[in-house]
Amino acid sequence: MAVQKLPIAKAINESLRTALENDPKVLVMGEDVGKLGGVFRVTDGLQKDFGEERVIDTPLAESGIVGTAIGLALRGYRPVVEIQFDGFVFPAYDQIVTQLAKMHARALGKVKTPVVIRIPYGGGIGAVEHHSESPEALFAHVPGLKVVTPSNSSDAYWMLQQAIQSDDPVIFFEPKRRYWDKGELDTEAIPAPLHGAHVAREGSDLTLAAYGPMVKVCLEAAAAAQEEGKSLEVLDLRSISPMDFDSVQKSVEKTRRLVVVHEAPVFLGSGAELAARITERCFYHLEAPVLRVGGYHAPYPPARLEDEYLPGLDRVLDAVDRSLAY
Amino acid sequence: MTVDSADSTAAAQQARPPRKRAAAKKSSGTSSGTKKSPGGPELIQLLTPEGKRVKNATYDRYVADVTDDELRGLYRDMVMTRRFDAEATALQRQGELGLWASLLGQEAAQIGSGRATREDDYVFPTYREHGVAWCRGVDPTNLLGMFRGVNHGGWDPNSNNFHLYTIVIGSQTLHATGYAMGVAKDGADSAVIAYFGDGASSQGDVLEAFNFGAVYNAPVVFFCQNNQWAISEPTERQMRAPLYQRAQGFGFPGVRVDGNDVLACLAVTRWALERARNGEGPTLVEAFTYRMGAHTTSDDPSKYRADEERQAWEAKDPILRLRSYLETRTDTDEAFFADLDVESEALGKRVREVVRAMPDPGHLAIFENVYADGHALVDEERAQFAAYQASFADGEA
Ligand SMILES: Cc1ncc(C[n+]2csc(CCOP(=O)(O)OP(=O)(O)O)c2C)c(N)n1
Repeated sequence: MAVQKLPIAKAINESLRTALENDPKVLVMGEDVGKLGGVFRVTDGLQKDFGEERVIDTPLAESGIVGTAIGLALRGYRPVVEIQFDGFVFPAYDQIVTQLAKMHARALGKVKTPVVIRIPYGGGIGAVEHHSESPEALFAHVPGLKVVTPSNSSDAYWMLQQAIQSDDPVIFFEPKRRYWDKGELDTEAIPAPLHGAHVAREGSDLTLAAYGPMVKVCLEAAAAAQEEGKSLEVLDLRSISPMDFDSVQKSVEKTRRLVVVHEAPVFLGSGAELAARITERCFYHLEAPVLRVGGYHAPYPPARLEDEYLPGLDRVLDAVDRSLAY
Repeated sequence: MTVDSADSTAAAQQARPPRKRAAAKKSSGTSSGTKKSPGGPELIQLLTPEGKRVKNATYDRYVADVTDDELRGLYRDMVMTRRFDAEATALQRQGELGLWASLLGQEAAQIGSGRATREDDYVFPTYREHGVAWCRGVDPTNLLGMFRGVNHGGWDPNSNNFHLYTIVIGSQTLHATGYAMGVAKDGADSAVIAYFGDGASSQGDVLEAFNFGAVYNAPVVFFCQNNQWAISEPTERQMRAPLYQRAQGFGFPGVRVDGNDVLACLAVTRWALERARNGEGPTLVEAFTYRMGAHTTSDDPSKYRADEERQAWEAKDPILRLRSYLETRTDTDEAFFADLDVESEALGKRVREVVRAMPDPGHLAIFENVYADGHALVDEERAQFAAYQASFADGEA
């Protein structure tokens, strides 16, 4: 009964609905989130059911949205704000980095700013510029913020619940090209901890670590590799800050090889951090250097080139081959 | 001058909407329905919706030199632009473009203001200024590359003094202001015009641009097309005081012009540009108009606005308005309209052909122009990428 098959967008909608029902302090805010239900319809129907005081269409001003959400949080509310697309978060970046991230520390722990910032991110939908970026490392680099990203419906629902309940600011990246992928959701399950990685597929020859939109690509790669007799383990990191290095270490101690996959540029990306940590922790276990597959040091390209830019099956398998060749 | 505290409290109360919470709730923007302010008595108009010329003591002189031929030219601009826009919308529906932002209904605001600019002026558009691009002599097919997904721009901004489209809302108003500051430093007498929407007026960048423009007395015209909607959000969700009045608080004049009246838009923009050239600083022009289509081809306006609203605005169609005037007040004969039909169809055909033939960029375009002076990491990644791509070619051969 509690188990249903839902697309990720709908699971997030359900999660917001549950949060609004459970806690009168929860607010949903953003551009077009009301009547339109958001440009991806993720907030569809919420304003109709919870009213304009709880599901708030804001002026078109990201700094304003996050800045006022901080104020509402200081006043005891739990705002969940939507940034319409990844590339539009930057007008709010100042508020997020210079204010939201630091307020708890500056106030010696006396104030809390439980703001959740939902950002549809990543490419693969054929959009114009600023609609396909993966800026997660820019947020993960900032102390005081937590950064998470689900890859499936169940995580989308539960991780958002947990993010909203968290007293810390959470940047919640939603893999927009997976919004319509269906998956099982058990709304009565006991959810896994928000910041733990998850073994999405067991294997013994190599570990693929990914998150958000790239988990599916890695699962497909593992299925393809299986046909060639290679057994790949796929880890869904789920949380980028903090990152569950223990789970990765455990997996790498078993498989002895690690390939990290993300859409964001590789240079100084979250994969770089993981590679450094795992090299340090698993130096004597590793049979090959940790390899990374990701975006280039170039602006996200126009839509007609995004298939070349985005890590796909071939590039992941290529890295797997290179790792296994050591 | 200082104000005593009693006065400033009174002023503050006046500035705030004088209603109780419940009342404020009721009128809050999202349920705007069909009711819209028609623009108020402050709306500057030279042509009524029926196409009658009305006198205006202040602005008539800015269009006194416009000949019948030039009027027909404005009409042609609007028809051609609308035809181009319709073709692009159709091409999106046929899968040739990934997205299109239509200007339907905003032709007069764009052509009137665009034709007011001089060749050496500089234009900073958003992503919907297809009519202004037309006036600047940008080949319309160049506008389509970014919507097809083959590039992020598609033209050289300096060849027509028409900057690239800007998608991040409001950003370009600061670039325009800075450019204008440079123009002033150079001692040139050209002017700059920045386009943005009513939604954009909520962005900090736009308000900062107003302030920089004012403080540095920059020769910039802020041209807001208030098309009543920012995707699903009505203007009441962006502002509670008429937009044009905002200029006053920054220390420069603001005017509201009928954005569906091409002659009024031409006159008011000429006035504002003249002020800029004369060293009188910025002006805010609010062109009061209407977005007749969807926000973009991804949008479904039936979710948030009533059909009657659009119908009411159709009666103010900028093209029909000028046509009525041309038919009744000038000796424009049928042949002019018939020829224009042929010409606009030819444009549609050309656009269709060019778009369909538009090649995808080469793979290595990803790494082109990332830096002006080059970058070792980009070079390294380009080489790896090229080798990787070549490995497929080898496999296929
Ligand atoms: C900073 C930023 N936030 C959000 C968006 C998404 N978005 C694109 S257009 C738009 C509405 C713009 O409305 P308005 O400024 O009135 O201009 P119009 O499109 O109506 O011409 C929004 C919210 C964006 N492009 N940039």
